[in-house]
Amino acid sequence: MCRLLAVTSKEPQSPMLAMQALDVMREGHDGSGVGLFLSDLAGPFQELNGAPILSGIFTNAGMKRLDEFMMEVGFLTKYKLSIKVGKSPPKGTPRRDMYLIQAYEYPQTWEELSENEVHHRLMLIRLQLRQMGNEKEDMIVFSFWPDVIMIKEIGDPLTVAEYLHLDRDELRARVMLVQGRQNTNYEINLYACHPFFIQGVATMTNGENTAFVPIREFLMSRGFPGYIGYQSDSEVFTHILHFMLTRLGLGIEAYKHVITPLTNEDLERHPNGPFLKHLKHSCRRLIIDGPNCVMGCLPDKTLFMVQDRKKLRPGVVGGKLGLYAICSEMCGLDAVIPDRDRTKDFQPMYLDTAFIRPARKELSICRQTEELPLPH
Amino acid sequence: MSPNGRITPSTLSIKDLPWQIYWDRQRCTLCGRCTAVCPVNAIELGVYRQRLVETSIGLNEAPSSVHKVYYGIRQKTDPAYACVGCAMCSLVCPNDCIIPYRTDEADKLRFHINQGGQPRRRGGRRNVPGGILDQIKFIRISMLTDPALDAGRHEFELRTLLGRVLPPEESLRLLKHSGWMPPVREIYPLIIGAMSFGAISPTMWEGLQMGVAYLNEELGMPVRISTGEGGCPPRLLRSRFIKYVILQIASGYFGWDEIIHAIPEMKEDPCAVEIKYGQGAKPGDGGLLMWHKVNKLIAAIRGVPAGVSLPSPPTHQTKYSIEESVAKMIQSMYMAWGFRVPVYPKISGTSTALAVLNNLTRNPYAAALAIDGEDGGTGAAYNVSMNHMGHPIASNIRDCYLNLVKLGKQNEIPLFAAGGVGKQGNLAANAAALIMLGASGVQIGKYIMQAAAGCLGSESDRCNICNIGLCPKGITSQDPRLYRRLDPKKVAERVVDVFLSFDTELKKIVAPLGRSTSLPIGMSDAIGINDKAAAERLEIKYVV
Repeated sequence: MCRLLAVTSKEPQSPMLAMQALDVMREGHDGSGVGLFLSDLAGPFQELNGAPILSGIFTNAGMKRLDEFMMEVGFLTKYKLSIKVGKSPPKGTPRRDMYLIQAYEYPQTWEELSENEVHHRLMLIRLQLRQMGNEKEDMIVFSFWPDVIMIKEIGDPLTVAEYLHLDRDELRARVMLVQGRQNTNYEINLYACHPFFIQGVATMTNGENTAFVPIREFLMSRGFPGYIGYQSDSEVFTHILHFMLTRLGLGIEAYKHVITPLTNEDLERHPNGPFLKHLKHSCRRLIIDGPNCVMGCLPDKTLFMVQDRKKLRPGVVGGKLGLYAICSEMCGLDAVIPDRDRTKDFQPMYLDTAFIRPARKELSICRQTEELPLPH
Repeated sequence: MSPNGRITPSTLSIKDLPWQIYWDRQRCTLCGRCTAVCPVNAIELGVYRQRLVETSIGLNEAPSSVHKVYYGIRQKTDPAYACVGCAMCSLVCPNDCIIPYRTDEADKLRFHINQGGQPRRRGGRRNVPGGILDQIKFIRISMLTDPALDAGRHEFELRTLLGRVLPPEESLRLLKHSGWMPPVREIYPLIIGAMSFGAISPTMWEGLQMGVAYLNEELGMPVRISTGEGGCPPRLLRSRFIKYVILQIASGYFGWDEIIHAIPEMKEDPCAVEIKYGQGAKPGDGGLLMWHKVNKLIAAIRGVPAGVSLPSPPTHQTKYSIEESVAKMIQSMYMAWGFRVPVYPKISGTSTALAVLNNLTRNPYAAALAIDGEDGGTGAAYNVSMNHMGHPIASNIRDCYLNLVKLGKQNEIPLFAAGGVGKQGNLAANAAALIMLGASGVQIGKYIMQAAAGCLGSESDRCNICNIGLCPKGITSQDPRLYRRLDPKKVAERVVDVFLSFDTELKKIVAPLGRSTSLPIGMSDAIGINDKAAAERLEIKYVV
């Protein structure tokens, strides 16, 4: 079972903080890979005024193709952080030419576009790059989005982080999601590594998704180009959330009502019973069956955690004013925020959605049986 | 046969018949129960002549032979009276001295069962044992990566939806604007399929209805039953129990005068309306209730004269195209109940099912599609229709589901599968396999007759006389002397037994797959089959 950690901090933090916490939870993952999502960035990436940042791994040939492609679309480089590494990577980590984090100026022709259209085009460019990379195996693209950096690699999290010098100043961020991978496949595909990302929504998950195939079929048949991939059964959690936020216009409080709806008896007593019954019926194909603990970050930088209906995976959330963390294990939380009030730690159960709003003032708990804040 | 006797082409010996009656003279008490109970008069009192050697004691008289007479059972060889193998004689025999045996080779009767140019008609099922459903295994067992669930202790929600389910965006938009939304029923995924009042006896009907009512009201299981094409008793129409009933309308419209007139007095809406365009047992053929069974009660409920055969036309006479059928008929049935009752068509399994389905997807009112595969049973049909016509359900349902996936409408139009579910007794395994292939639920007919009422029929042509009203168990008879044999309360008890045990078995299947919060519709990664061609055809795993 993988180990997960999500941190939100008023003060920018180094990814090493998260990596050290993953290292504390080492007994729970096999060091077969690490995934990192950074947002609410500090340093040079904070000054970019919404410019999209491309994250990925490239060969030298891939870099050339990338530059040509981006030029053609009209993107100009605004800021570039290329991580070049030594010739001898740690054991298990493949030798790569370049880890790229590159911010771009939007093409002039995009200036008149609506926000939705820009978001759509950014996603299409990421998908196109991914497709190009698949063809020649010269690029792996994780994200192309404003204020988001993603790095994924095979190997032990802390060792990889040191190898990539993730302690550098440019990479500090206020929101971090990180996963230490427990491999259940023989061959590791970086597109199967958490966290998964689509248009500002990132999630990572513990456990197997037993309802994966029907959910994947539903998402792939929505006619939305971003709902592809699914090298991992956990990618659907990200896409379900994205579908709910963008297509249904519902907030995070409704997420559990989509993936783990209440029983009919509970719905009859619920203040939003009729609405939720409709939601349950029409989103029946998105019901997950666990065992899963899902953690993630919303486009507004809210962090959240939910459990499946049976609550078969561990997860704890705790913190103090300005610094909160969500973690698979208590020891990971201790590593990140040792000086918090432990009595206020919370382990969400099967009805709870735990979330921390971007103000980072408090941990909010929304129980599924409570009234739902619905859009008017 | 005497040496100078005549034989005709259809003169058969006992050996030529499919069933041969073994009778033990030593144990027979000549009580006559067997001959009285035989539904087809296959046996009669036999008077046999026997030569015996008699030897007296002493030497005065030489041993001699004498002719004596003894009485027993004689099996008739006239094709019209051939034994059907029901074994009611064995059931009633106080000394266990009589039993029919299946002949050891293909019988000759089959070549003569068309006397007068009338091909064989019968009730029952396709006489082909086995099928693909029993070969499907559940292979995705939750092991260390995710814990298997406890079928006995976990919370399970194994319900399905009957009704047009709108896409999430559309559903929420309509809800916001208080627009009309198609009615959707949350029901148990195992439905008692269409068996008409008329095809089955009053006691059987009563038993089924009582069982269903008990399951709903006492056990909280939303089990539904379809009426079949024969109308519905007036009292049931006006009772609260009608909400557990799916009213079927078929091409004969039998009983619908009564139903339409009852609408203003109905306390509850029926669960749904099923428009029957076809059935698995006699695809492309209409319903058939033979005159034997059309007594006064049946005639009254159906609104027809008594004592005449009631063949419904193969198609709805007022419809001449699928557009007509789908658009007009579905909508007019919706109108009858103020758009509060889901209306869906039921068709025979056919290679044209996809065309039907594609039409339904474009009609916002179509509430579901029920498909009855080749193994569906019936009260009466031509033997050739039953044995040779129709499409197997597994690939038909899979094609339809995958087609819906392509359109992004999977489960928006729920698919219900029928025809041979539980044929070999493996009800839950067959049902779960069909659900994982893409069915939202399954319908059963023969299984419930066998399990809840003791139907004697089998796929090796046993009994199968449902059509002529002589059902020895009283299940498909309209003769009070026969149907009084069936106690409706006991039938109800067995219906409850069947559903409870099915529920446990279904949990025993889905729990190890790690599923409990929703019915695993289309969970095709969980199933596999030891047949490469079938695996490819069904797009599931090939396992050896």
